Amino acid sequence: MTTTPSETHVGQRERPQSDGPILVVEDLSVTFPTQDGPVTAVKGLSYSVEMGKTLGIVGESGSGKSVSSLAVLGLHDAKASKITGSIRVAGTEVVGLSEARMRKLRGNSVSMIFQDALAALHPFYKIGNQLSEAYLVHHPSASKRDARRKAIEMLDRVGIPQPDRRVDDFPHQFSGGMRQRAMIAMGLINDPSLLIADEPTTALDVTVQAQILDLLQDLQREFNSAVVIITHDLGVIAETADDVLVMYAGRAVEYGTVKQILTKPEMPYTWGLLSSIPDVAASTDARLIPIPGNPPSLLSPPSGCSFHPRCAHVDKVPGGLCATELPALTAASGANHLKRCHLPNPELIYRTEILPEIAPDLVEEIR
Amino acid sequence: MTQDPNVRAEIEPTELGADAAESGERDLRTDEHADAYSDNEVLVPGAFEGHVASRLDPDAPAVLEVEDLKMYFPVKSSGLVRRTIGHVQAVDGVSFQVPKGGSLGLVGESGCGKSTTGRLITRLYTPTAGSMMFEGQDLAKLSSRAMKPLRRDVQMIFQDPYTSLNPRHTVGAIVGAPLQVHGIVPKNKVLSRVQELLEVVGLNPEHYNRYPNEFSGGQRQRIGIARALTLNPKLLVADEPVSALDVSIQAQVINLLQDLQKEFDIAFLFIAHDLAVVRHFCPEVAVMYLGKIVEIADRETLYAAPFHPYTQALLSAVPDVKQAAIGGRRERIRLEGDVPSPINPPSGCRFRTRCPLAQEICAKVEPPLLQVGPRHKVACHFAGELGQHPATPVTAGLLGVDDQGSPSSTGPEAVQVPTGPGYEKDWFDVKTRRMTSQAGPA
Repeated sequence: MTTTPSETHVGQRERPQSDGPILVVEDLSVTFPTQDGPVTAVKGLSYSVEMGKTLGIVGESGSGKSVSSLAVLGLHDAKASKITGSIRVAGTEVVGLSEARMRKLRGNSVSMIFQDALAALHPFYKIGNQLSEAYLVHHPSASKRDARRKAIEMLDRVGIPQPDRRVDDFPHQFSGGMRQRAMIAMGLINDPSLLIADEPTTALDVTVQAQILDLLQDLQREFNSAVVIITHDLGVIAETADDVLVMYAGRAVEYGTVKQILTKPEMPYTWGLLSSIPDVAASTDARLIPIPGNPPSLLSPPSGCSFHPRCAHVDKVPGGLCATELPALTAASGANHLKRCHLPNPELIYRTEILPEIAPDLVEEIR
Repeated sequence: MTQDPNVRAEIEPTELGADAAESGERDLRTDEHADAYSDNEVLVPGAFEGHVASRLDPDAPAVLEVEDLKMYFPVKSSGLVRRTIGHVQAVDGVSFQVPKGGSLGLVGESGCGKSTTGRLITRLYTPTAGSMMFEGQDLAKLSSRAMKPLRRDVQMIFQDPYTSLNPRHTVGAIVGAPLQVHGIVPKNKVLSRVQELLEVVGLNPEHYNRYPNEFSGGQRQRIGIARALTLNPKLLVADEPVSALDVSIQAQVINLLQDLQKEFDIAFLFIAHDLAVVRHFCPEVAVMYLGKIVEIADRETLYAAPFHPYTQALLSAVPDVKQAAIGGRRERIRLEGDVPSPINPPSGCRFRTRCPLAQEICAKVEPPLLQVGPRHKVACHFAGELGQHPATPVTAGLLGVDDQGSPSSTGPEAVQVPTGPGYEKDWFDVKTRRMTSQAGPA
């Protein structure tokens, strides 16, 4: 890192605490000491999520999207990681919170859905017991019978057939989609106000994925909870998120509403993501343009803009600025649309160079 | 294809690659840093340019013809005497053909038998019944010994680049193993062929003495592709070749496969669950459900006007990036429940338990895979475009049953529906319910 620009805060934070955003992350950095030196997995990340809204976080593996969310739940080992900055969940500062107090928060006002449901559910315990445990921990006065009734109710809510019988099944007796549902039920059993879904549908078939996304949206509407959905599938983002945060090499590189990010992106990495996925509905003349190279190592991140070694537009920036200076997260053309890029006229480049290649049928419409 | 090893000396590795290769350093820091750039070192021409979707060559002869292929896995009882108590009908009567130098996509949900089909063609399993004609020989009936020379022509790319490469072998040993097994080139020429292959797939040829753990996921998949290419195969079975990779890397590998297909004229059986990737790579696509092909057609027909309710549901479930411009969720056909068990599949049509159109006939009679267009076959009693499904079964007349599926004495006699892997000149038009041909009214 050559410079440390002041981070522009994403979202609104001037609002009073009572109806302000449920999750506020400010200047979050997570560093892990390793044998080969410290790895800074997340650098200067700021964002916020309001009640009833969905934030989508996109990026490749190793871009820090999971690490930042695990930090929200306080799941990093304090001895093996260094977390700076601030994370406030419903007004409570999470960074540096004691494990005992964190446990009260975790699963109660914040909970998480993991990618691999088979690995996240305990193979030795019945589904029902795992659900009731989550309930009992946060409701000490409740009886076991109440907890079981609640578990059956939740399984029914997420659409598991015959919940009163399936509650006594073990995880391996459930199909992949049902396991994911059971985990969603576990995450929602205490009516959390913030739900973090880490690649909730990546391992699932499209039909099951559609069912799970429908379910998440229905439940969000019902509980008015805030959802952070982490994925690399831009299609999932397009259909579920309100706002999108694009991450690369531990930093936010673009932020905006889902419409801004997916129809008028202004950062070459987002262009790369859009051009490297084929689309079921696009014209077959559309080209598939991969991002060259591999994601950088976080042990020795590139100087300047961390995307510059893979960026096709480096020579459009005068003075080789990309390789020497880290661009700040500054305002793009739209309202509340932020980008981290030196390019002076990204809209023009996107419209004239990128769009004709990846979606020739869209060029006219967008104009 | 072998090259003089002396020619190799002329290749000039760029600085980073050379440093790492010369010093033989395995220090993580330098390696990782080099790897971030090493993909750019040896460029396959055009690998990083955009690629448009592959096109269909309708006159290409078939390189592989699969007919009525079946694979039943026995289910054993527990206890001391493990008797067979049933069969998992993983693949049940599948017919298709793969054109020479073309690609056929095989899509479907997990457990539909698409991977089993791929493994049958490479003869990792011996099929229960059916034939797989490849260059005049039936792969299904060959012994392992007789299969060996044919393995040069039929190769496979696996899904997971982390488990399909032996971590204790160097890249050179992995890619060179097929050459030694088949004794194609003398031992002292193996290295030069390996380096040539590494270059073809866009890796630094100097990296032949490295181990798989020193490569990223995308690079490992390239090693797997190089290994599959070693013997100049005519048919490659690619089982989910990109689903374990990051989005940006997926496109690199798909483009690489397209280049290789063009350069070496390889036919692909491309197995994937990602409908968008299959659409880009394969001009022809088959949709499988519970061990059977329910619809097979050229790309344009299958994605724009599918006739089978399952294909329609599958397509409507794919999240669409363009939805962002409109906002909200797309209207989709919701499929209820899970895929039934292949041990005891539903009677008649296997999709009927989840099908919104299912009627009495669906439980009684299994719909045949009927040709309904020049390059379009569908297995449904109520085949039709979305929203235009007919009210009475289109197949009743052909099968000699009434609209409820009971054998009919008054109706016309049952017609022999062609079940071969290829396409006929005449087909059954679902709108007019008559046999039509190319020359006749469309």
